Amino acid sequence: MENFKLRVFRYDPETDAEPRYQTFTVPYRDGMTVLEALISVLEKQDSSLAFRYSCREAICGSCAMYISGAYVLACRVQVKDALEGDTVTVSPLPHMKVIKDLVVDMSKFWANYERVKPWLINDAPEPERERRQSPADRARYNKEIDCILCGACFAACPSGAKNEQYLGAHALVWANRFFVDSRDTAKKERLELTANEYGVFRCHTVFNCVEACPKHINQTEAIQNLKKAAMAYRLGLARY
Amino acid sequence: MQLNHQVVIVGGGLAGLRAAIAAHDSGVTDVVIISQLPPVRSHSVAAAGGINGSLANHPNSKDDNWEKHMFDTVKGSDFLADQDAAEVMAKEAVPRILEMEHWGCPFSRNEDGTIAQRPFGGAGYPRTCYASDKTGHALLHTMYQQTRKRGIKVLQEYVVLELVVRDGRAVGLVAINFLTGELLTVKANAILFATGGAGKIYAHSTNNLLNTGLGIALAYHAGVPIKDMEFIQFHPTGLWGTNILMTEGCRGEGGYLVNNLGERFMVKYAPKAMELGPRDIVARSIQTEINEGRGFNLSGPGGGYVHLDLRHLGEAKIDDRLPEVREICKNFAGLDPVHTPIPVQPSQHYTMGGIDTNVHGETQVAGFYAAGECACVSVHGANRLGGNSLLDTIVFGKLAGDHMAAYVAGGSGPAANADAALADALTHIQQKITALQNGAGTEDGPTLRVELQETMFHHIGVFRDETLMADGLAKVRQLRERYKQVNVRHTGKVYNMDLLQQFELKGMIDVAEAIAAGALARKESRGSHARRDFTERDDVNFLRHTVASYTPDGVKLDYRPVTITRFQPEARKY
Repeated sequence: MENFKLRVFRYDPETDAEPRYQTFTVPYRDGMTVLEALISVLEKQDSSLAFRYSCREAICGSCAMYISGAYVLACRVQVKDALEGDTVTVSPLPHMKVIKDLVVDMSKFWANYERVKPWLINDAPEPERERRQSPADRARYNKEIDCILCGACFAACPSGAKNEQYLGAHALVWANRFFVDSRDTAKKERLELTANEYGVFRCHTVFNCVEACPKHINQTEAIQNLKKAAMAYRLGLARY
Repeated sequence: MQLNHQVVIVGGGLAGLRAAIAAHDSGVTDVVIISQLPPVRSHSVAAAGGINGSLANHPNSKDDNWEKHMFDTVKGSDFLADQDAAEVMAKEAVPRILEMEHWGCPFSRNEDGTIAQRPFGGAGYPRTCYASDKTGHALLHTMYQQTRKRGIKVLQEYVVLELVVRDGRAVGLVAINFLTGELLTVKANAILFATGGAGKIYAHSTNNLLNTGLGIALAYHAGVPIKDMEFIQFHPTGLWGTNILMTEGCRGEGGYLVNNLGERFMVKYAPKAMELGPRDIVARSIQTEINEGRGFNLSGPGGGYVHLDLRHLGEAKIDDRLPEVREICKNFAGLDPVHTPIPVQPSQHYTMGGIDTNVHGETQVAGFYAAGECACVSVHGANRLGGNSLLDTIVFGKLAGDHMAAYVAGGSGPAANADAALADALTHIQQKITALQNGAGTEDGPTLRVELQETMFHHIGVFRDETLMADGLAKVRQLRERYKQVNVRHTGKVYNMDLLQQFELKGMIDVAEAIAAGALARKESRGSHARRDFTERDDVNFLRHTVASYTPDGVKLDYRPVTITRFQPEARKY
């Protein structure tokens, strides 16, 4: 394959009344990622193209997009794996306002993250040394901490699409990460923040988030864990 | 529009966030972070292997202490580090790391529940604390969470385009809101740059694609000296093809470096430390194997490589300690290190030099501070040890934030002439942008950038000599002339990536000139600066820092003595 077609969602608020798709012919090389293809277009064909990127190694979370029918990081998906015929189609993450081309307004995403108080809460005086934590207790949140806050799960979620207030899988993952941390003492508060109709009970276990997550986190399991804990608490089976 | 803030932090990586927290916790009520990216996307997130501190948690590190950490740092620096600064960093390491633990950082743990530590290159003891192989990610997210807890204001996706200095005093900034294209001025009592390194001045870099050194360039252009820029770290193990970092943790956990004869060749270069020699020595050893025909892909595209072999560690250990390495290899090289050796080559990794500061982050401009990779305190000297960069960010980020708070509390309000100076600067930036958009366009910015990167990698690279570097410097100066014909093609305001790229390119070329000129003038070999024509360290003439100042005609070099307190320079053997 010498060339392939990159079909890109375009919208410039300064000039366009409506969005459209534009197709570029891009020279191919083995191992090329979709991010490389976008950069190639920006630098060689159309300097008006807008998209977010940074690390190019799937750790910074900048370049989540909807590519050929999947929620992925543009840096992590190879062109050959995203081809539909001779074309790769790149769209912005859905359910968020498009600022320009592939850049969306993620302010709600960031605000929801903060709503769950994503920081360790422990008001006891800090010990002189580290708070001890066994490897088994550390393992209880080992997957959740891989979250890079890319927004793929947030965009993929049909519950989020239909409800402006829903926290989203990313926020609930972080809530569960602290809920299960043996060092955190705000268990009750965390359940109050998340066990409600705009939190865990708005999750309809569609598993889109799990499929979308580039870090292989099981968001649904984390959400179910908070649901179970909330029920146990309400039934008096657990105390916090 | 003009914003007014007491303390302005530019950069949302570890150093910037830590400085913001320090200023906030010291009582400054008006702290703002200006970040090109949402903070968790900053390059600190990609740091992998760990952070050094003499916690003495490992069974083999019971008699470790700060002084030994300091000594390893100074020896690693090839005695160019300022020893007063190295002492501060080694002493502060333990409280700063414990603080991160108290703030919730998910460090990996020993069976007894203490923070786990692993061996790292150039260190006498296993003193590198880690969170599997995602330590930077763990630290950065924890630090960002602490800024959210405190409600510190963040302006994200704003890019600073000018540091405004009048009469030796920092008065503010000109910035662009990247999402709208609106230009604005920011008046500040104190400003800190924590803007990261300049890795993208080089080809074959492990750095993220945005590490163009813009902050270093802005300070340099504003008259702040930059120090020891010729010391560029080449990481021994960048993944062949993409140069994504394969953490030093691979070797810390017992990985081997192997040539095409199947030999663990480090026995020839660092017989005691083997694969855990310091980075400059291991990188040169790999390059020597490749140059002498004992690598792989010797004449193919992408350059030669050697093998980083983890197979003997076994799947369980790789999944526990190096899961991200396995993931990256699968996704970006199509191989599984459990079954296949990893192709690696030396890759640009770290900018040891930077904005000239003292241990409080102060520069020669009152009210202007710097910390993290964009700064040079200097603790890394001619070669940084693995695990000391994350440490640098949180130690000197805090000290700078503390000092800024004291500076502001001491009554240092905004400069009297600030408004006029900022208005001038805004006009200046508008003119610059207009000039770029109206430029002849007979030169292509992206093409020039690639030429710059290749020139720096090949001419001011792992091995250097007079002819090679003089040629490289001449090419950089030609690029500076050719840059005058570069234009910005896209004239829109919203998220104009073309504008930013071409704007940054000028700074990249000027900083490259400082790197090349500093390297050419340093007629010795020290740390990462390895010359074939001057192969020995020369303490008589060059145990000194290079201080580069910007002039419209190009770089001007001066020198300053190194601070030596506890450890006299000695031969550096591993």
